[in-house]
Amino acid sequence: MTAADFLMLDAVPMLIGVLASVACALPGNFLLLRRQALIGDAISHVVLPGIVAAFILTGLKSAWPMMLGAGAAALVAVGLIEAVRRLGRLESGAAMGVVFTTMFAAGVLALELTDTAGVHLDVDHALNGNLESLIWLEGAAGWGALTDPAALAGLPDALGRLALVLIAIGALMALFWKELAIATFDPGFAATAGIPVGAMSVGLVVVTAVAAVAAFDAVGSIIVIAMFICPPAAARLMTDRLGVQVASSMGFAAVSAVVGCLVAAHLPPLIGLGAVSAAGMIATVSGLLLGIACLAAPRRRADAHGVALG
Amino acid sequence: MSIDRFMTALFLQGGYNVTLVVIGAALLGAAAGASGAFVFLRRRALVSDAISHATLPGIAIAFLVMLAAGGDGRWLPGLIAGAAVSAAIGLVIVEWMARETRLGEDAAIGAVLSVFFGAGIVLLTVIQGLGRGQAAGLEDFLLGQAAGMLASEALMIAVAGGLSTLAVWALRRPMVLVAFDPAYARATGVDVRRVDLAMMGLALAITVVGLKIVGLILIVAMLIIPPAAARFWTDRVDRLVLGAAVIGGVSAWVGAALSASADGLPTGPVIVLAAFALFAASLVFAPLRGALAAALRHRRFQRAVHRRQGLLALARDEAILDTQTLGILRREGFLRRDGMATDAGRAAAVEARLDEARWQALRARAVAPGGGSVALTTTPGTLVEAGDAIEGLTPLARILTPDQLSRLDAEIGLGRPTGVTGGAP
Repeated sequence: MTAADFLMLDAVPMLIGVLASVACALPGNFLLLRRQALIGDAISHVVLPGIVAAFILTGLKSAWPMMLGAGAAALVAVGLIEAVRRLGRLESGAAMGVVFTTMFAAGVLALELTDTAGVHLDVDHALNGNLESLIWLEGAAGWGALTDPAALAGLPDALGRLALVLIAIGALMALFWKELAIATFDPGFAATAGIPVGAMSVGLVVVTAVAAVAAFDAVGSIIVIAMFICPPAAARLMTDRLGVQVASSMGFAAVSAVVGCLVAAHLPPLIGLGAVSAAGMIATVSGLLLGIACLAAPRRRADAHGVALG
Repeated sequence: MSIDRFMTALFLQGGYNVTLVVIGAALLGAAAGASGAFVFLRRRALVSDAISHATLPGIAIAFLVMLAAGGDGRWLPGLIAGAAVSAAIGLVIVEWMARETRLGEDAAIGAVLSVFFGAGIVLLTVIQGLGRGQAAGLEDFLLGQAAGMLASEALMIAVAGGLSTLAVWALRRPMVLVAFDPAYARATGVDVRRVDLAMMGLALAITVVGLKIVGLILIVAMLIIPPAAARFWTDRVDRLVLGAAVIGGVSAWVGAALSASADGLPTGPVIVLAAFALFAASLVFAPLRGALAAALRHRRFQRAVHRRQGLLALARDEAILDTQTLGILRREGFLRRDGMATDAGRAAAVEARLDEARWQALRARAVAPGGGSVALTTTPGTLVEAGDAIEGLTPLARILTPDQLSRLDAEIGLGRPTGVTGGAP
């Protein structure tokens, strides 16, 4: 593998994979601790109808309207889940199941019924993303391209978007770290200490939706769900300290993305097959990491004491 | 899509294959609804989501194995067997993670769901890479495609759907017991763990059989939505199971017929939307727990409170200031425009005061057990369930027998009941 090949074919998908994975793993830590891991699952299913609705309304296939549509769909879904849960007095898992399957079904059907021919928008893409196609042609010039502004301008838009989203999520987490931690571990105490527990919950859902939507376009919904859950879960089995857990989850997410991309692109050709889905491989690697953690991590036992603040 | 084709498919006139598919879907939907009801009552609705996503690697591996063995690769029973094996592995892992690690069941579900699905997608791209042009059929397993199914496949699904319905029927007694009250079931010697296992096994069987019709992403909806909809109609477990079976069967029937009547209309989403339509209708209109009924009940209760408080105020000669109370009393002819009580109003006020005293006596007896010699076997708690009665507001003269009423009156020192309707001994 030459530098030019690496920069052109591997570097950008890998970088995007890392950004998307870390952006999802960050809020995933708190969802996991709040036993809301499946909110991430629900949100990533309803991104599809949101994108389809945005496309039908605007007729544009550009990133920002679709991100807005997907974000709106995520909020609608969370609202609907709450409404179904209260009006129907249903258990939250069932309420979630009703809402996200219905919205996903509506999205698929709308996709089939509207004329989306000629537009790269299909269910396959929604599930798998198009990580492999995010290549950087200018990278063929070799390492020099990294310092060449004209070549850098040719980088896929998704890279910039994801970097922006990751920075925003990271900043929000850092800013509200203490409040979020207390509201997560002891909502009762948080409320008496004047922390807006409800606002924290809604904020977490919004951040989750933003991460899901931003990652979705590039990597598809499989990675999004896997990254919300697997790296934080593996990290949770490693440590009792929240700070260490979040940091290790970011590490696991990045390792999954890098290893997943490399294996998907380079391992199958060694045995005479074509490259396989990078998104699927990233999810698989994150699952293997979690599996190892389940078998061998120091804090894996059910009876171990809880996470400490810090 | 043409209405004609839809109607012929709906009424089983659409040709041998379409008819088999529609019947198979309906049977499968009924079995899914019924077994989903038990999963729903055990609060494990989303475990079935992990099961269904976990089928994908099994399907792909079964395809590869059959291809390597020189077969077609798309032979449905083989694919279903592969799906069942990997779904079972997924289920075991979910249970193991939730039990042995400190992660919750939600994290275990999400992890298995996404990782198995991701691995399945990897295997699908491997199959596409083989370049034999045979992978196309496998993608139907994601969203379901009833149209263009082989007759043998449709027959198999119809038979499997029927068998699953029978299995639910055969296992209904222990499953009802466990769903209704696991602690009691355990005390009576039922092996709760084995019943739970049988329940998830049934859900698994329905999932893998339904893959070809509904698709693995949405099959979970067939297990969740029908019981959630049926829950609005009843508080009884046996009726919930039956209602879920009916709702599941009808939505699968209509959905499959709709999908068969148009090209390129994926079956799974149509069935799911049909089920959701029934769910939404139940949520709004069901008389027992529906939103509309609840709102009406609330309103009726509110009006009864205003009426009673207004009449009590009249009886005490107090001024009524609340405009809603005034409105209600005026409309019933108890108050004149100028705020003075009519004759009917004064009579109703006396009656209300008497009834209030009776209710108080009855409540006092309820808090002091054994305090009454009167043979009033009913307690206030059970009175509420007697028809439409509202505790403390519905006149007791309408609830108790004349005999009970006069004994109650004797106890509170009224000697004989006044000329209240139905109260004379």
